[in-house]
Amino acid sequence: MDFIDFFEKFIKVLVRYWDVFLIKGVSVTLSLSAITVFFGTIFGTLLAFGKMGRSRLLRWIITAFVEIIRGTPSLLQIYVGYFIVPLALPFLGLSTYASVAVALIINSSAYVSEVIRSGIQAVDKGQTEAARSLGLTQAQAMIKVVLPQAVKNILPALGNEFITIIKETSLASTFFAGDLMTSYLTVNGKEFLPLQCLLIVGIIYFILTFILGRGVHALERRLSHD
Amino acid sequence: MIKVTDLHKSFGELKVLDGVSEQVEKGEAVSIIGPSGSGKSTFLRCLNLLEIPDSGTVEFEGHVLNQKGVDINLYRRRMGMVFQGFNVFPHMSCIDNITMAPVLQKLKTKEEATAQAEALLKKVGLYEKRDEHPNKLSGGQKQRLAIVRALAMEPDVMLFDEPTSALDPEMVGEVLNVIRDLVKAGMTTVIVSHEMGFVREISDRVLFMDGGNILERGTPDDIFNHPKNPRTQDFLSKVL
Repeated sequence: MDFIDFFEKFIKVLVRYWDVFLIKGVSVTLSLSAITVFFGTIFGTLLAFGKMGRSRLLRWIITAFVEIIRGTPSLLQIYVGYFIVPLALPFLGLSTYASVAVALIINSSAYVSEVIRSGIQAVDKGQTEAARSLGLTQAQAMIKVVLPQAVKNILPALGNEFITIIKETSLASTFFAGDLMTSYLTVNGKEFLPLQCLLIVGIIYFILTFILGRGVHALERRLSHD
Repeated sequence: MIKVTDLHKSFGELKVLDGVSEQVEKGEAVSIIGPSGSGKSTFLRCLNLLEIPDSGTVEFEGHVLNQKGVDINLYRRRMGMVFQGFNVFPHMSCIDNITMAPVLQKLKTKEEATAQAEALLKKVGLYEKRDEHPNKLSGGQKQRLAIVRALAMEPDVMLFDEPTSALDPEMVGEVLNVIRDLVKAGMTTVIVSHEMGFVREISDRVLFMDGGNILERGTPDDIFNHPKNPRTQDFLSKVL
């Protein structure tokens, strides 16, 4: 393979299809990731508190759920979502995007719940005891004393989860959900230049995750300073 | 003021409290000594129900605390506690450490609480640190902060759980001085401590615990100069 030839074709694809990758692909990948992180965090938080709560049954159910999600491939979960969501949540319609989003949210809520639970439990038990000894209720101690300290553990881990999700959304291309990896499939389908297309997509993924990774790193450093 | 009757507590197989009964009167300074693992700290933590006893009762001014329907938070306000590990809140400034609880529980307005906190900080020599976060403080300063944080609730009793055990030796004195002043001012105090000289000096009564029970009780003179129980004699011969 001639390097100059490869590069010329790379430029050709880039010039002709830059908007497919950079506008359509990136926007779907980012919006899918953002929706997943947003709802994953909400549901993950609920699961985390459920798992730390009093009900034995609830704890058992959540543990089972988390184990199942962590123990099966994300791709399998997206397949299941693709077939089940239109039946289980008919108001979402037959949109592939919605089905994939629901599957990703369920997946990430399991991971996020563990991030949040371990972040909370990493706060020294003495902090809660001191707060309770001052007459604070369990809820007050959680809100005023434990959570502000747990955030330091949770936020960077949540940022890393965001990065993981950006990469996981590529699985959505299995169903042509319109994400960056789908851009690869459509453009390559027309041009038959797989390596050039993959290089473009790969660079874009890397830039996205690299920027986010730097952000997480900066956040980590700032939080450890206070 | 505080009365416990036949307190039992086990952690799994381990019996930590084995039928402890005791009474603390208003204005009294009571110290608890004994080997580690004897149940001293667990006993102290049962007084404000940070540990829930398996059986027996804890009474505060005649009210049984460990029964259904009691709002323990109302009683915990009146029992300040100081921990071995300080447990100051690292995400708050010193002044916020002190004002948070009284303001949150609407016992004081923010202004009243701040004025009181400033006075307390002055009293223990930490006024200059009012806006600092506790990570800028030494161990001794952290523990003094923890003490005034508890005092800001204007408690009727102060419970000290080995308040100087985690301190570097040169900082023990500054913390003991604060506690001594409190006792002199008439605060009802229960202290678990290994500082025998201090216990001897400030206590009205000393309790010797071993094996989950109080084996001997008496004035500092009784316990330190004329211990009757062989276990007390043995313990004191090792630590004095």
